[in-house]
Amino acid sequence: MSVLVNARTKVICQGFTGKQGTFHSEQCLAYGTKLVGGVTPGRGGEQHLGLPVYDTVRDAVSGTGATVSMIYVPAAYAADSILEAIDAGIELVVCITEGVPVNDMIKVKAALSGSPTRLIGPNCPGIITPGECKIGIMPGFIHKKGAVGIVSRSGTLTYEAVFQTTNQGLGQSTCVGIGGDPVRGMNFIDVIELFERDPQTEGIIMVGEIGGSDEEAAARHIRQYVTKPVVAYIAGVTAPPGKRMGHAGAVIAGGKGTAADKYRALDQAGVRTVKSPALLGSAMAELLSTRRAASALAARPAIVAASRPAARPVAAKRKRPASKASRPAPKVARRPTRKTTRKTTRKPARHR
Amino acid sequence: MNLHEYQSKKILASYGVPVPEGRLAESADEALAAAQALGGKLWVVKAQVHAGGRGKAGGVKLARDAAAVRAAAAQMLGQRLVTKQTGASGLPIERVYVEAGSEIERELYLSLTLNRERSRIAVVASAAGGMDIEEVAEDTPEKILSVTVHPATGLQPFQCKQLGFGVGLKAKQIEQFQSILLALYRLYQERDASLIEINPLIVTKSGALVALDCKLEIEANALFRQKEMAALRDLGQEDPMEQRASEHDLNYVSLDGDIACMVNGAGLAMATMDLIKLHGGKPANFLDVGGGATSERVSAAFELILSNANVRAILVNIFGGIVRCDLIADGIINAVKKVGVNVPVVVRLEGTNAEVARQRLAQSGLAIIAATDLTDAARKVVTAARASR
Repeated sequence: MSVLVNARTKVICQGFTGKQGTFHSEQCLAYGTKLVGGVTPGRGGEQHLGLPVYDTVRDAVSGTGATVSMIYVPAAYAADSILEAIDAGIELVVCITEGVPVNDMIKVKAALSGSPTRLIGPNCPGIITPGECKIGIMPGFIHKKGAVGIVSRSGTLTYEAVFQTTNQGLGQSTCVGIGGDPVRGMNFIDVIELFERDPQTEGIIMVGEIGGSDEEAAARHIRQYVTKPVVAYIAGVTAPPGKRMGHAGAVIAGGKGTAADKYRALDQAGVRTVKSPALLGSAMAELLSTRRAASALAARPAIVAASRPAARPVAAKRKRPASKASRPAPKVARRPTRKTTRKTTRKPARHR
Repeated sequence: MNLHEYQSKKILASYGVPVPEGRLAESADEALAAAQALGGKLWVVKAQVHAGGRGKAGGVKLARDAAAVRAAAAQMLGQRLVTKQTGASGLPIERVYVEAGSEIERELYLSLTLNRERSRIAVVASAAGGMDIEEVAEDTPEKILSVTVHPATGLQPFQCKQLGFGVGLKAKQIEQFQSILLALYRLYQERDASLIEINPLIVTKSGALVALDCKLEIEANALFRQKEMAALRDLGQEDPMEQRASEHDLNYVSLDGDIACMVNGAGLAMATMDLIKLHGGKPANFLDVGGGATSERVSAAFELILSNANVRAILVNIFGGIVRCDLIADGIINAVKKVGVNVPVVVRLEGTNAEVARQRLAQSGLAIIAATDLTDAARKVVTAARASR
């Protein structure tokens, strides 16, 4: 098991015949990804990398049965490409393109809501289920099939987390780079929800950074719904306020979005936070070995319960703190159910 | 990208938003002439810099006669203005904007910007205008009103009314308030703004609404389709190092420490700065050489970070995914030879072809300190910086 993509996932590439599209499609094919074709308007009917090229995403979907699209088109056309994929009923769109205007993404977000399509990115490394399916620009060889789900706003920091968990012998279930833009598709909570339900995933690493409040929202979610151990690192403790640090979304604006705020929220949620990105792997190894030892004693439930980390008592797990009035109770209670139903209705059985 | 007040007001006026009459001046004499041309009995002389907090820093002066306008301009021009947003070195005042004074009855606050949580544009209004809005939000959050706009419908008249009545405008002013808001929303869309802030939007003694100040930011990612806006960029207001970096397509932010970093990926670049601090050092910069780092870009990056005289050591931290480590190693070797690096260089390379890269560095005969991992790299560079101080 894994989340979102696996060995049977059929993928097409938008911007297939371009320089970036060609290079990374070759890399994905070499990794074993079931890339079945691509889209370049005006080149329909041709063959590229031994695969069929289509003029439109609709043509590509009906010609190949693909359910996932990866996008490498230039920033000026990225939003249009995502909208086309949504229109064609693609289940998962992975947009690698960097520099997509925010005003374009605001429209894309509106189009996504109410549609069954999920979006990863833009401005992200993509998604990989090690040994099965690589969709994006990450170096495949550092990955290893295993137990840790990784979700991150940064590309190279994802690779650090992957590299360390591989060296620790833990491996990864699926790694999702959600991207560094302020308006993006899937967020920490969306991915963490999937990891929590995925039997292969034993622990979760999240890598955040300054800007926005998605890490704080994720912390609230983890506190209420996540039973698996979570390790988190936040980049940008030393970032000056008001300066955009490379990523469009990495900026401390109006005193909000500091690393300190995010660390505080995660600590309060019982997440194991690390102040150095070099400690992501070892912290996860420690938590998993405790947890695995505990489940080895599963025959004696009393001990299992007692061995949970003190910071996250079982009783606190599903109790909503009174102060979180901003989130209406019925919505929170309904959330997991709704998502589960949604997934069952639109995910084909072969995806599990 | 930031615009100056005078540029922003010109754009506002072209969208039908009322602004005070004003003239730009680059010398004291021009300021005097501007005041005479504007006429009246009250003028405001405003330093044109890319930062807020000008009033408290002496960058906005009232003048009651033309001679006082000249004196205020003479005092400001050629100086650097230090506000709480500029940092200690401040920003150069190359132009002042001379405006006709306004009769202020009330001051309101108005802004349009992205609400990240909702992924929509938010319109924010407050009756507490003319003050630091962050302080208002902190101390009296109930005074801040906000609506978010669905991109398909655009800003609706009812939302304008909600905000207008909410900040206590009278029925006869609502129509003007609404037309200002709708114009600003159109401007935000058409010009790919990332922020429009009007603080204050005043109600004059005669009951009219006027934008007394304006901060307009255009989204950098959209400049490719906003040529007219891009032409308004004022390089004089930018950090010279950051400006040079942008010419080479490098992402650079100046900091005040003495350990320079060169990293691929924005997240890892921030993390590298954090690691240096965690191990007792101070980073001199943020530098992301990007995914497609070539040998030329690495050379350019070296030249850039070495032009900062405070630098006592350099940490190169590359996790090669797309970019091959051996190419980075070649770049480092070329740059060190070409630029003549006279401070210690600690290099940590991991990822694609990392082994080959390490061999090349070892065989280069250059005094490059190899690091085995992140922690090792941070420790070594902090030690090296202390030794070369």
